Amino acid sequence: MALQPQEKVFPLLLLICALTSILVVILVGVFVFLQGYPMLAKTGFFTFLLGRSWQPGQGVYGILPMVVGTIVVTLLSLLIGVPLGIATAIFLAELAPEGAAAWTRRAIELLAGIPSVVYGLFGMVTIVPLVRYIASNWFGAWLSPEMKTGYGILAASLVLAIMILPTIVSISEDALRAVPREYKEGSFALGVPHWQTIVHVLLPAARSGIIAGVVLGMGRAIGETMAILMVAGNAPALPRSIFSPVRTMSGNIGLEMGYASGSHAQALFATGIVLFLVIMLLNGFALLFTGRRAVRTP
Amino acid sequence: MMSMQAKERLAKAVIWGAALITVCILALIIGYILVQGIAKLSLSFFLENPRRMGSEGGIFSPLIGTIYFTCLTMLLAAPVGIGAAVYLTEFTREGPLVRVIRFATDALAGIPSIVIGLFGFAFFVVFLKPLTGGWSILSGSLTAFCMILPTVVRASEEAIKAVPAAYREGSLALGASKWQTVLWVVLPSAMPGILTGVLLGVGRVIGETAPLLLTLGGSLLIPRSIFQPARTLSMHLYLVAMETGEFSVAFGTAAVLVIVILLLNLLSHTLMRRLMIRIGGR
Repeated sequence: MALQPQEKVFPLLLLICALTSILVVILVGVFVFLQGYPMLAKTGFFTFLLGRSWQPGQGVYGILPMVVGTIVVTLLSLLIGVPLGIATAIFLAELAPEGAAAWTRRAIELLAGIPSVVYGLFGMVTIVPLVRYIASNWFGAWLSPEMKTGYGILAASLVLAIMILPTIVSISEDALRAVPREYKEGSFALGVPHWQTIVHVLLPAARSGIIAGVVLGMGRAIGETMAILMVAGNAPALPRSIFSPVRTMSGNIGLEMGYASGSHAQALFATGIVLFLVIMLLNGFALLFTGRRAVRTP
Repeated sequence: MMSMQAKERLAKAVIWGAALITVCILALIIGYILVQGIAKLSLSFFLENPRRMGSEGGIFSPLIGTIYFTCLTMLLAAPVGIGAAVYLTEFTREGPLVRVIRFATDALAGIPSIVIGLFGFAFFVVFLKPLTGGWSILSGSLTAFCMILPTVVRASEEAIKAVPAAYREGSLALGASKWQTVLWVVLPSAMPGILTGVLLGVGRVIGETAPLLLTLGGSLLIPRSIFQPARTLSMHLYLVAMETGEFSVAFGTAAVLVIVILLLNLLSHTLMRRLMIRIGGR
């Protein structure tokens, strides 16, 4: 029996839909690279990456302050968010009564859905004043005026820590739940208490999944733009304390792309290339650790 | 030296404490935004245009902009995303091509939104200016389409995979063609799950700001067509808070956003429950 025409046409249409992702990824890579490459070729990749001064007015483009800013803010937010996230995951997978777990999970899901500008606004009116208070009243004698505004590394890291919690919690919980029952039962049968079982059996067994969660949280932190713009102070200078105002790479693009042109715009695209490469490397790591689908959209 | 039991109890208390902190942070954020913002919400706040860069007046034009932008983005992303999911689950086997498609989808999901924004600016705003009108709702929607495509594809894939094989076999056994089976049996069964994925996409589109700063234009005028610039509520919140420092308007806008996200969340849970019932066999 001959196939109806639509039986041949529709799979073709569906194939085109499926190929769109590939097309988009290629286009994104090509266009960002083409726009940013002239800048990298002119100044040299390492001069651009390690240059300490960013002065678009003078045509001086070095993104070391932003690279350092991104790294410091990301690491500090992981330092705060990861312990809290893993503890919450252990709670959900092992300790929580079913009702409490369901509610906590709903709450975390909501946390993931809240727009980043809302986090930013929340940070501006609660966390920034808190940091300002701590900086001026507890450490006032040691800090220069620009470190006492409240806007800076600490405020940005606190806001980011909250934002990456959902990613870390949900992936770590999945990893803990994926540990075969026999491991836990075997440990219990040997008379090992619950907590010891969690620390010495479940966590090591779930390690790769938890690491993947942390790496993805890290990716989210590095890519985040709006919330950080609102609380980080955005000065393109090397930070000198955790109260220093700081600019991240994504913040640099978001802040200046609106009015940039010529070589300035190229420099921002080049910043985008660096950001793109960092994220691809990170995702590569996540893939190595898990050997399965790495990235998960919130 | 602490006894084993005391240690056990202490450790569990710490874990409970951490979980409590997580939940409290969430309650604090949502509570704070709603308390600060809800006083601002009135009919005139919704129906008046912003004045003086948004520091006075309401949010009418950003609201219209958000609706235009969200609808157009989903109109683009839903068919393509669902189509891709149907292809990946029903019309092909695991092979090199499928692996490349999956890899590309994962990679796309991992690209920071600001980088997608840069691409959108270079491609849709500058390169395709004659077609998109430069900074416009269309440019913004196409950019957002690139960003949320992976979300829609994956959620739809999960939903379609959850449809029991017996449904397909039953339909094929009755003499229905592959295409008829997909269209009349598989897709309707998976629809609640697919809609959940679409709602997830809507939530992301409404919340996303960074790429729109580079592509949507940020105009405060009411858009008359998709070729004109506009701004969304999230963008409005950011611009008002950063440029005018008028926090009452920012909080009012934030409250609207949080309420919308809460409603979307509620709706997607209802849909998910329906999917479970449908597939779990009545």
